[in-house]
Amino acid sequence: MGDAISIATRPEGSGRGLRSRLRVAFLRSEALRGYTLLSPTLIVMAFAMCAPFAILVVMSFWTQHAFEFDTTLTLNNYREVIEAPFFRALMIRSLWISGTCAAVTVLVSYPMAYYVAFHVHRHKLIWIILMTLPFWTSYLLRVFSWKVILGYNGAINSGLKSLGLIEQSLEFLLYSPTAVVITLAHAWAAFAILPIYVSLEKIDRSLLEAAADLGDGPVARFLRVTLPLSLPGVLAASLLIFIPTVGDYITPTLVGGPDGIMIANIIQAHFGKVNDWPMGAAIAICMMISVALISVVYIWVTRKLTERIA
Amino acid sequence: MNDAPYIERLNRPLRSYAILFLAFLYIPVLFLPLFSFNDSIYIAFPFKEFTTKWYAQMLALEPMHAALMNSIQVGAATAVFSTILGVFGAKAVTRYRIPGRTPVVFTIMLPLVIPGIIMGVALLILISRLGIPLSLYTVTLGHVLICVPFSMATLMARFEGFDRSMEEAAADLGDNAFWTFWRVTFPIVFPGIFASLLLTFTVSFDEFIMAFFLSGTDPTLPIYIWSQLRFPQKLPSVLALSSVVLVVSFVVVFLSQWLRVRGVAQIPGEGR
Repeated sequence: MGDAISIATRPEGSGRGLRSRLRVAFLRSEALRGYTLLSPTLIVMAFAMCAPFAILVVMSFWTQHAFEFDTTLTLNNYREVIEAPFFRALMIRSLWISGTCAAVTVLVSYPMAYYVAFHVHRHKLIWIILMTLPFWTSYLLRVFSWKVILGYNGAINSGLKSLGLIEQSLEFLLYSPTAVVITLAHAWAAFAILPIYVSLEKIDRSLLEAAADLGDGPVARFLRVTLPLSLPGVLAASLLIFIPTVGDYITPTLVGGPDGIMIANIIQAHFGKVNDWPMGAAIAICMMISVALISVVYIWVTRKLTERIA
Repeated sequence: MNDAPYIERLNRPLRSYAILFLAFLYIPVLFLPLFSFNDSIYIAFPFKEFTTKWYAQMLALEPMHAALMNSIQVGAATAVFSTILGVFGAKAVTRYRIPGRTPVVFTIMLPLVIPGIIMGVALLILISRLGIPLSLYTVTLGHVLICVPFSMATLMARFEGFDRSMEEAAADLGDNAFWTFWRVTFPIVFPGIFASLLLTFTVSFDEFIMAFFLSGTDPTLPIYIWSQLRFPQKLPSVLALSSVVLVVSFVVVFLSQWLRVRGVAQIPGEGR
């Protein structure tokens, strides 16, 4: 509050009336000054998110006529999205792929985060940087590298063939939902490791000692102390992967094949080749609503479960 | 340090797992540079001769140069704008006790979790309804939106370990808000700002989805790479280009993280 105090205690320059009193009030109110400083960022971000979303919602009630929009509001797009089995199947598959991906990523990342939180004592920062570094490099190229590896004639298939282990290429590797899950898990691992690591690092080590003193073995200690206390991190990690991956279309395009197509591919097509923006907007909103609903239910169930354990 | 001995004990299986995990993180990416030196149009084992001709071919591509310049321009503009916004935001939430801090920070961090395609199409609709032609400016706008959270997060960590009495001293000695910032705050947080600039530049440089929806006729580098993936005969030179992009990203990000960490360690009393 440095400058507030120093200015406020200055002689009030022959009382310049309301303006100076307002100025003093402004300088004394921490909240007001905080928000003034915050305003450029907050306004830009709020506007840059609210305005596009508002118009996305509005457009989803319109209809496309060739290159014109019919701006009469109608629910037809939504009716089509909800009624067409094609969209429903695709939506369920996308949610399923992303859910699997989130579960797999959290499962494989947990031991890693656990190791760095509890067993690394020197050069911890190097480990953290090493774990998160690939995340900052091009998403497109990381996905592309999996196409190179899993491809019909890619690294695995051609490698196994030149070693004489297989005759035919293993076709299940590329262009399948499995390929999408592997690629996504690899691409989003950093999003899982960091929240889990933070929640593990925060655990008071004396609780573990207490559990040990009271006779818990390593397994019981982990199940009764470490795991419950790290659940918030697990929860955050799974949502941080589930939510964005539902909207991914690069991975399905590059490694998914016809069986690995996801809902975002269809959204992208509606803004491209199909050229039906209102329909694309409606699909996008349905996707958001499904994701939000599942996330809320998931959070609620996890809360209830942890309450019961505790 | 009140770690019990059983925690300090080396856990070999867990350590092997950790090393395997790191291998899983890094090895797939290494295939791109590996095959970029292979003298074959097909990306497949066994290796043919070692060659650097794909790099020469890549360097000779005119559209690649244009795309690279576009990406650098967009990245630089994005880095500057998002870091400025990040400085305001991070300073405000760490310096002042403001009511509603959590929802405010949540709002600003929101682009991190919104699927990229949603933000992309929503901005595309808004921009086209406003009648603004798609260009590198619109790409920059989209990139600033997704880079501000990264900048905020980087800078908040930096501002939190900040000794407020230094600013108070400057204010007491008669500096106004601007001079206090310029002469006291800025030099202390400079490593954080530099880290934020590097990080946001990389994010923008590598970003694909927003650029896909918001770029006009001038492609950024990832868009250019995407468009080349369709042509099998161009794949080797794309591999060469990708390898260069990857190496540059790794170096820049490593530098920014190292700077951030080193900077924090230098603030007295903030021994991390």
